[in-house]
Order: sequence, then structure tokens, then C-alpha cells
Amino acid sequence: MGLISFIKDKFNKKDKEVDEKYVKGMDKSRKNFSSKLSSLSRSYKKVNQEYFDELEEILIESDVGVSLTIKIIEEVMNEAKKRKVDNPDDINEILIEKMFYEYTSKGDIPSDIRFSSSGPTVLLVVGANGVGKTTSIAKLAYRYKNMGKSVMLCAADTFRAAAVEQLTIWANRLEIPIVNGDSNADPASVAYEGAKKAKEDNIDLLIVDTAGRLQTKTNLMDELGKIKRVLGKEIPGAPHETFLIIDGTTGQNGVIQAKQFNEVAEISGIVLTKLDGTSKGGIILAIRDELGIPVRFVGVGEKIDDLVEFDLDQYLYGLCVGA
Amino acid sequence: MAFEELTDRFNAIFKKLRGQARLTESNMDDMLKEIRIALLQADVNYKVVKDFIAKVREESIHQKVLETLSPSQMVVKIVDEQLTELLGPEDATLNIPSTRPIVIMLVGLQGTGKTTTAGKLSYYFKHKLNKRVLLAACDVYRPAAIEQLQTVGQQVGADVFSLGSDVDPVEIASKAKEKAFNDHYGALIIDTAGRLQIDDQLMDELNNMKEAVSPEEILLVVDAMAGQDAVNVAMAFHEKLDLTGIIMTKLDGDSRGGAALSIKYMSGVPIKFSGTGEKMTDLDIFHPDRMAERILGMGDVLTLVEQAEDNISEKELKKTANRAMSGKFDLNDMVDNLKSVQRMGPLSSIMGMIPGMPKIDKSQMERVEKETVQIEAIVNSMTPEEREHPEILKYSRKQRIANGSGTTLADINRVLKQYEMMKDQMKQMEKYTKSGKMPPNMGGLMR
Repeated sequence: MGLISFIKDKFNKKDKEVDEKYVKGMDKSRKNFSSKLSSLSRSYKKVNQEYFDELEEILIESDVGVSLTIKIIEEVMNEAKKRKVDNPDDINEILIEKMFYEYTSKGDIPSDIRFSSSGPTVLLVVGANGVGKTTSIAKLAYRYKNMGKSVMLCAADTFRAAAVEQLTIWANRLEIPIVNGDSNADPASVAYEGAKKAKEDNIDLLIVDTAGRLQTKTNLMDELGKIKRVLGKEIPGAPHETFLIIDGTTGQNGVIQAKQFNEVAEISGIVLTKLDGTSKGGIILAIRDELGIPVRFVGVGEKIDDLVEFDLDQYLYGLCVGA
Repeated sequence: MAFEELTDRFNAIFKKLRGQARLTESNMDDMLKEIRIALLQADVNYKVVKDFIAKVREESIHQKVLETLSPSQMVVKIVDEQLTELLGPEDATLNIPSTRPIVIMLVGLQGTGKTTTAGKLSYYFKHKLNKRVLLAACDVYRPAAIEQLQTVGQQVGADVFSLGSDVDPVEIASKAKEKAFNDHYGALIIDTAGRLQIDDQLMDELNNMKEAVSPEEILLVVDAMAGQDAVNVAMAFHEKLDLTGIIMTKLDGDSRGGAALSIKYMSGVPIKFSGTGEKMTDLDIFHPDRMAERILGMGDVLTLVEQAEDNISEKELKKTANRAMSGKFDLNDMVDNLKSVQRMGPLSSIMGMIPGMPKIDKSQMERVEKETVQIEAIVNSMTPEEREHPEILKYSRKQRIANGSGTTLADINRVLKQYEMMKDQMKQMEKYTKSGKMPPNMGGLMR
């Protein structure tokens, strides 16, 4: 045990500024969850079935999903029985420990983009409509530009009205190059132009924006497959990373989204957006549980630097611990 | 389609129940548990589910006296009633003043589809209500939001009022209202920036805008994929602004949509429209009773009929029907028929609305749609005489048609067989229209 203090320890050693941004952004989510948890433990001296029911409610209301919630609660109950623990604080600690273990046991937890050893690294960004793809791309571009990488944007969302203009505004603000086609041009051909230009100009990171699409639209999903193939033909190994943007307010449909996008585009990571609201984004735990896809970054506000690396310790800390 | 999975789950639950002769307390509990999981997986809010389950249980115990019904029918009835209540109870319409333009504010979180919905509403006002629309571009924050509205306005033929992105949105809204009134528009639709319900400053801005333009309608745009927190978001918007309605978007992609359903229940604000696709025509009036029936697998026949009415001229329909009844159904009619069905929308969404239709998956559906194209090509390669009298088609004619349409003899024979089947079914239709049922072998068309 002692996981909480382990997390707190780790937390304190981290870059203070980033932590503060994270905690501030997650404040609403965090307060909601942790105050519920602590008021719950205050109202119980000993744990009974009702206590577990209420834990279940807290998890489900965080969008963790009913099947994973039932699984976690069952494991907590068994563990509590085994350890002969019946005070609420210890139970809560077991809960966090279980969630921590569930996540880490599903594979690597990378966060920064893994750059290829030679030539441009290509990041393909996909997702449903309105999840925040373009804004996330701007934030990612800003991040890597600040790290000294040469970044180029590619506007392959030729479908939505003014999507190209939106990305162009960001490129101008960030003073980075952008490749775009005419509206209604074939997105794959724009992606091709982007890859070609990135190679010619010796760019470190090419970020390709795509139109939002619902995973049920087969032809649009096929189009995504084509974009991916075109990129790979022009630059070997591309796209090196494919990020799925998930709206933090998404419910159980998020798992289906991840599954379908993963089938056509092999998702290498998730960017969880809009976590500065009151939603908890618990769906990422269900996605990790079912598909093993890790969260890489978290969007915590509307400003260009409101993007932080996903850190499981901090996420769970933000959700469960704290004042 | 939305709610499809919920429907599947309910069907599975009721199937289990059907095998049992009587409704006992223990099998009732099993069933309620499954309904609970189904609803939670559909993103229905935890508290709403709790209420719902309690009500169904209460009603079930209360109505135990109704022993004339089989248990499953009884529970279907109760769940149906409760769901209708949760979704509805009644169709909600827009409050349109008769002598001046209606003013509508669209509000919501980021990325829910406000701008697209503004375009769809414009289309609705223009083509269904014959009103000229002015769109007000009040999202001055997101890059290119104004350009997006301008493009959308162009697509649907609505004028866009903008003062750029350096002017206070409240002022833009007021000036837009002045213009809408002076220039005798039929409707003013105000597109606002997406915002979090906890952003006090931006929520105050909406409130000031409300005071300034006193809109007839303030509609909250809600993403059908939203999770548990959607209820809190909606309640906060409602407390601040006194919403008059909800528009659910992205219903074409989501298979569940329980969040919007919960919002209606918790806030009492009616769901007025639903967005069902990316085209500007993809906006439907929301009918709670039909949606509840669809959840229960009873099909949404009324919506289907309305779509058919919209897309097939009555004359055309009568012509086919008359010819079919009199046994004069030829290949031309078959192609006409297939085409009219296609105009109603993708086959998949139509089939979902017909009760008793066999379940078919996406790949099957696409195959059928491809086949329709092939049938058209084949029939187009025939002479007028052959189309009217398919019985004259022998080997050499078939070979010519196959060459002309880029198909094979086997394809031709298959189409002819399909035609015979359709013809038979058309003959039977008369019988069935009298009894009000669907022909039992309608599914044969899909194979």
C-alpha cells in the first residue's frame, strides 16, 4: 500500500508549473470526484454493500463504464475481504491501486511523440466531429516548435466549412508552414502533397489534420485508410504516430469510436480534450481496458499551451486524491 | 442508428422473459438488472436510471392484476410507457410569432455542432416554412468560426450578419436583430461560441445577449455521444438561461444517445430536433413517442412514412401502386421503385425503421446498394419492349444486355428472378394493406 503517498511524492518532485496547470485544469473534475469520495468515507465508519454501491455510482458517473466499474468494484471487494480491511479510507486506497494497476498492466505508457531516426516524422490526427482535432493540432505544433523541432501542418480536412482557414490561422500565429488543398479536394492528395513538401523541406514533424467523421460512415473510414497508405508510400513508416482525439465529455460510445478508428488507422495514442470542464473522461480507462490504447496528452483549456503530457499518477491523483 | 443497441438489448431481455410463464419477483429482479445495465451502457444518467428502474418495478407490482397479458407484454407495455414519459411526453414545436421574425439563440459546449445546426435550421425555415433567414455570427473566439458560418449560409441560401471578431457578441446580436426586423426577415438564428457551463464570464455574456435580443427560443445543442456529465451541463445552461428546447446532434453516428434522453428527463426541457447527418437537409423533428417505440423494437414507421411522403411524389406512388395491383408491374416500375427507395436515404436507415425487418449488417447493406446500381445498368441496356415484357428475354437478348451493361448472364437471370419475386409480392400487397401488416417474406428482397 502507500500508493497515495507514492503518487504524492512523485507529484511533488515534478515540474511545479506543469503540475499546477494540470491540477488547475482538472480542478473541477477532481473536486467533484474526490469530494464525493471523501464525503462518502466520512459518512461511513465501516464499509458495507451500500458503500460499494456508492463507489460504483461515482465510477459510473465518471464515464468509466458499467462493465469495467463492476469488474473494479468486485476486485476491490475481494481484496478488502482478503486483507480483512473494512474502513473506508483503506478501501478507497485499494480502489485507486486497482485502477492504477488495471491501466499499467495493459502495456506501455508513452507520452511524447516517438521521432523517427531519419526523415520527417508524420503524425496523423483523426477523430469524430467536434472533438477538438484542429485545436489539439495547434497545441501539439506549439509544443514541438518550442522544443526546437521544425513543424509543418497539412490541412486534409477539405470537407468541413472553413476548416482549412481555421488551421491556416493557427499556422500563421505559430509562424510555421502549412500545406493545404482546395476545399473539396481529395484529402489523400493533400496528404500526399504534405508528405512530399515535408521531405523536400527537411521538416522534423508533419502533422496531418483530417475531417471529423463518425465511425459509422464506412466510406469516410475507408478514406482514412487511403490517407494512411498515401503517407506511407511517400515517407517509409509514415504515419509514425496516429492520434485519436477523444472529447472528454464522451460517454460509452468512446470505446466504439476507438475500436473502429483503430481498425482502419492503427491508433498509437489518444489525446483527451476538454478536461477543463466538469467531465472526468473516465472513458479512457474503458478504452485502455478493452483496446490497450494509451492516452498521450490531455487538453485542459483553450489557450495554445493548455496541453499537458498524460501522466497516470497525476490523472488518478487528480481524480481521487487532493483536497 | 441511435438507440439501436438499446433496442437489441431490450429484445434480448424480453426474449428471455417470453419463455417464462409468470412474472415472479426473482425474474423481475433479473430483468430489471439487465435493463439497468443496458441503460447505463447507453449513457443514460445514473440517477435517471435509478428513477426509471424504480418506476418500472413499482408499475409492475401495481399492475400485477392484469393477468390477461403475458408477463413479457406487460413489461414491454410498462417500459414503453415509462420511456415515452422519459423522452417526451409530447412533440415540441417552435414558438413562431406571426407578425415579426422569430429570434433563436443556439448555445452549447464546444464542438457539439452549433454552426452546422444553424445551417440546418436555416434550411428548415427556408424550405419547410418559407421564411427568409438571417444568421448572426456571434462566435468571435474560435479561429475561422465566422468563415464557417458564412460558408454554411451560402450553402443554404441564408444571409449572414457579421461585424468581424473584434466586436462584442452582444452588440453583434442586437444589431443583427435590428437588421432582421428592419429588413423583414422571417427568422434570426444566432450562432454563439461554444463554452463551458462553468465559465462564468462567457455564461454572463449569453445572459446579456438574451436580455438584449429577448429570443423566442434558446436551444441547447447537445452531442448525442455525450456521457454522464451531460445532465449537469444542461442543467447549468438551463438555470442560467431558461432554455426552451434541445437539439440532439450526431444521432447518425451514435448507436445510443442516452444522455440527451436524460437531459429531457432531468430538466423538463423538450428535445425539439435531431441532427442525423452531415447534409443540410439532415434535421428531423424529434418525436418522443416514436423514439420510445423504436427503442422497444416496434419500429419507427411514422417517420418512414413521412420521409417517403417528402421524397416520393404522390402521383408516382399511385402510379406504381395501381400498376402493381393490376398485375402490370414491369421492369421500369422495379427500377422506379428502387430509385424512390434510395431517395429516402441510405437503405440502412430505412430498414431500421421497419418493424419485423430482418437484421442486416453494414456490409450486406452496401452489397444491396451496389446491386441496385447494377440492376439499373441492366435495365437501362434493355429495349423499351424488353422492359415492359421481360418474358421475351431469351439467350441472345440476355447476352446482348450482359455485354451492354458490363454484367454476366447469371447477373441478368438473378435480376429477372428478383423481378418475379417483387411482382408476386406486389400482388400480395393488396391483401396485406387490408390487414395492415407487412408481407412476411419482405426479407427476400434483401437477399
